[in-house]
Amino acid sequence: MWNSLKTMWIVFLHMFHRRATIQYPDEKPNIPPRWRGRIILSRDPDGEERCVACYLCAAACPVDCIALQATEDEHERRYPEFFRINFSRCIFCGYCEEACPTDAIQLTPDFEMGEYNRKNLVYEKEDLLIDGTGKYPGYNFYRVAGVTIGGKNKGEAENEASPVDPHSLLP
Amino acid sequence: MTTIHIDNRPYPAKDGENLLQECLSLGFNLPYFCWHPALGAVGACRQCAIKQFKNEEDKHGKIVMACMTAAKDGIRISIDDPEAREFRASVAEWLMVNHPHDCPVCDEGGECHLQDMTVMNGHIYRRYHGRKRTFHNQNLGPLVNHEMNRCIQCYRCTRFYREYAGGRDLDALVLRNQVYFGRHEDGVLENEFSGNLVEICPTGVFTDKTLKRHYTRKWDLQTAPSVCVHCGLGCNTIPGERYGTLRRIRNRFNGAVNGYFLCDRGRYGYEFVNSGRRVRQPLLRKNRTQLLQPASKRGALQHLGEMLSAGARVIGIGSPRASIEANFALRTLVGRDQFYLGISERDLRLLASVLDILKKGPARTPSLHEVELADAVLVLGEDVANTAPRLGLALRQSVRRQPEEIAKKMGIPLWNDHAVREAMQEEHGPLFIATLANTRIDDIATRTFRGPPAELARLGLTIAHALDPIAPQVPGLSNTAQALAGAIAEKLKAAERPLVISGIGCGDKAVVEAAANVTWALCNMGRPAELCYVVPECNSLGATMLGGGSLETALEAMNDAADILVILENDLYRRADAALVDRLLAAARHIVMIDHIKHATSAKADVVLPAAAFAEADGTLVNNEGRAQRFFQVFVPRGEIEGDIRGDTPRDIPGDIQESWRWMRDIMVVGRGDEGQWSSLDDVTAACAAAIPSLEPILRAAPSAAFRMDGQKIPRESHRYSGRTAMHANVSIHEPEQPQDLDTALAFSMEGYAGHPPPSLIPRFWAPGWNSIQALNKFQDEVGGPLSGGDPGEPLIEPTPGKKAAYFENIPAGFEPRVGEWLLLPLHHIFGSEELSILAPGIAELSVQPYLALNPEDASNLGLTAGDEVQLRLRPEADAQVDVKDAQVDVKADDSANVTTTAEIFRLPLRFEPELLHGTAGLPAGLTGMGNLGGVALPAWGELKKVEKGKQMEG
Repeated sequence: MWNSLKTMWIVFLHMFHRRATIQYPDEKPNIPPRWRGRIILSRDPDGEERCVACYLCAAACPVDCIALQATEDEHERRYPEFFRINFSRCIFCGYCEEACPTDAIQLTPDFEMGEYNRKNLVYEKEDLLIDGTGKYPGYNFYRVAGVTIGGKNKGEAENEASPVDPHSLLP
Repeated sequence: MTTIHIDNRPYPAKDGENLLQECLSLGFNLPYFCWHPALGAVGACRQCAIKQFKNEEDKHGKIVMACMTAAKDGIRISIDDPEAREFRASVAEWLMVNHPHDCPVCDEGGECHLQDMTVMNGHIYRRYHGRKRTFHNQNLGPLVNHEMNRCIQCYRCTRFYREYAGGRDLDALVLRNQVYFGRHEDGVLENEFSGNLVEICPTGVFTDKTLKRHYTRKWDLQTAPSVCVHCGLGCNTIPGERYGTLRRIRNRFNGAVNGYFLCDRGRYGYEFVNSGRRVRQPLLRKNRTQLLQPASKRGALQHLGEMLSAGARVIGIGSPRASIEANFALRTLVGRDQFYLGISERDLRLLASVLDILKKGPARTPSLHEVELADAVLVLGEDVANTAPRLGLALRQSVRRQPEEIAKKMGIPLWNDHAVREAMQEEHGPLFIATLANTRIDDIATRTFRGPPAELARLGLTIAHALDPIAPQVPGLSNTAQALAGAIAEKLKAAERPLVISGIGCGDKAVVEAAANVTWALCNMGRPAELCYVVPECNSLGATMLGGGSLETALEAMNDAADILVILENDLYRRADAALVDRLLAAARHIVMIDHIKHATSAKADVVLPAAAFAEADGTLVNNEGRAQRFFQVFVPRGEIEGDIRGDTPRDIPGDIQESWRWMRDIMVVGRGDEGQWSSLDDVTAACAAAIPSLEPILRAAPSAAFRMDGQKIPRESHRYSGRTAMHANVSIHEPEQPQDLDTALAFSMEGYAGHPPPSLIPRFWAPGWNSIQALNKFQDEVGGPLSGGDPGEPLIEPTPGKKAAYFENIPAGFEPRVGEWLLLPLHHIFGSEELSILAPGIAELSVQPYLALNPEDASNLGLTAGDEVQLRLRPEADAQVDVKDAQVDVKADDSANVTTTAEIFRLPLRFEPELLHGTAGLPAGLTGMGNLGGVALPAWGELKKVEKGKQMEG
């Protein structure tokens, strides 16, 4: 008898505690920016695709759910011809983001990806590519790399000396 | 053998060999850049630093370069010494100072020796934040990409290109920290081994330009051991596939055959597999007036079944570019007496003669590695640099054998490459080249001789006579030729390993026999002479060993009323005169073509079945030395379904392409009801070995399909293969089952045995910490030596040493120039003369265009100047009746603006060839776009006339 009354009293007191349950989806939870949710492909500060199709994310992926093919534009800037993530396989481990040398692939706080049809979980590049830089503003791989692309010749990248003239006779 | 002490532990080592090679052979991971097993040591990169101690008490020691230090008995060294480690790490850091931040967009990434060595040295963080030196790149042609910023100045490229391969247009320019490796200006790299720079370069300065267009990392490629199909040498290759298309070829080391290097035709010819000219589904027409229409596999087979069950007589025409198994399957289908080889009568006689000489003569035929060891060489009649390029590279090494004695006398070890070259200077060992025109290896020749085949044969016979007076004597030879023959005979006689190279490239049996006479004369004198014949195609010798009549005899058989002609992987218009092929095809009621590309012959077929190309099939090829080598399927081909590089077609839908022998089996099943005769390649190989005893060793060319390592198959995909669950997801979310491989011990999977498979089954070279092709070191017992377990390949031809062979007595008459007529000689070209590689865009870009070559004097006698066109009229054969309309080739790619064809009159641009003899003219051999000239057997006589500009051709 006493035990029952004690239990009821504790339950009664809980009415005055702060509620732990959030009324999702009416109320959105607060997700930290480093949450590992839906994967996106970002753009560099100049608005170009950051992904250079190096295949490192695909190699790092433990469930092999990333497939892509590299191609080049007329100025030899490399980018993915197609980039596909099968989210029905993705385990959101974030290895792809860790492997990415250009900050292109990023995991976002968005986890609302439920679908009735598994096929809709296959995201192509058009679905993945966002318009901004995502979590890492400022970085532009091609400004650092030594390769020539449209609008950037040899010696014009960060910390580069102007190209050597192989016909020069000067010591 | 001697004992060396590494980090206070004794190890066996080869006395006098350099320590780097010994350490690597013992399995140590010692970093290096400039050293290469084939190039020797120069000590340029300072990366292989180790500590050497005076004795056991010496704790201080001194830093030495392992590659420049000889292994001596009792030598005490340390690889692990902290100071040596620090030294190596600092060298790596210093080499990385100017290295660009390129790895993600660099094609070498993932198989980069520089990456491997940097990790091995523990250099993981860049401390240098200053400005990096940069270079402009050069356009080096369609095959090799140049990205000079990545260079670490190891000098491997120029050492290979200039010193090993004899190239002249790539060199080190400028000085100090600005050294630049390139040409004097943009332009195509001239040397035909330029593709090896891709593998030689330890970083990404030289990369594969054809791979760049459909780039895939090494770990994503599905690979299998294969054999090159672009000439008769049978170099071992590793083709790589991704998303259903072939992406690149890499060298597969075979110590006896190709060693570390491939020619550009072999490396870049692979793109024919992806070509738009591929047959990807059965094509069918019920009567000749219709066009070929796509059909289902079942429909095509049903149609064939109806044709066959009517009791028709079937004639089969095999092919020297199809595997032994495919040819044997056709032979089984049509019966031994109805099987013909699809080689012209003349070529078949030449091949039979080659086979006969190799089998019955006392001389053995050398492997390419043994060619490199020959110390005096006579090349008789064969332009090896064009018909068998890798052999030309081997000859460049053979001329070093005699001058090496100078270095040996001076006590310089042979691995000390630049010291040896300094000692040798410009000395070359004896190499005599007697050919139709100049060759690209003339620069290393002691003497050259030019002439039409008859003159070459007469020179050869005279050499034989000079060696052995019993050999027939040639009357009426000029004094200069007589003197040359004497000089050649002297050098061959004095050599320790004399070698004679010939082939069927100049189309003359007397030349083949003369080469045999020279070698046999040497053998009869007790010299260990070797005899090497170049054959034109990857399975020329295998097909000849299989036996069967020529195309001409097939025509006779067709005229004896046969109904069905089954042609296997063969464009007959390349083999014989168009008129003959027309008659052959017209005589058949039904023509069944089984091939992987569309061509002039398949355009005339009633049924075209899509055969698997070399990367899509398994089989055995026999190379020019009679070595049977198995090639393995790399990937399951896709069919003619909408789909492209994006991988829109899931690869578990194999389409209708299948191995030729499977088509034969299916035809036998529908036609005769021979249910279940063969279910896997092993069944065909076994049946072939049982039927033809001389081919029995092909059973041992590779382990059978039942072979397992630790109960597992050997995976074609690396353990890091990516995208498995996403690459087909756009088509179906349900992942397809891996294709099953019934034919081999390899699996289309990343799962399986992870260790080292037997040498003939190695699908890729990789070892922990060694991602680049240099991982090969881990697959050899002794670095630079044969693969652990022996080099792959089974010899089919065993010579009979000590046997006295009777000399060939046939002496051709000397060449007499005719008035108004020219002897047309075949001039071979590495890019253009081969049927398949020309379908690769990179090779096609480098291919020669149709021409007619004359020496300038003859040309001016005809009133011709550079840029003129020549009208060529072949001397009509007695029975040639050409139906002009039929003779026109109706394959698009064969159309060429340069050649106008009407019957046997041709119009060709003139080209000067100063070394052609008076009275002879040169035509490019085997070039597509030559119209009906493509099938004309050269040498042949023809009349030449100047074409007046702006004037129409005369009839």
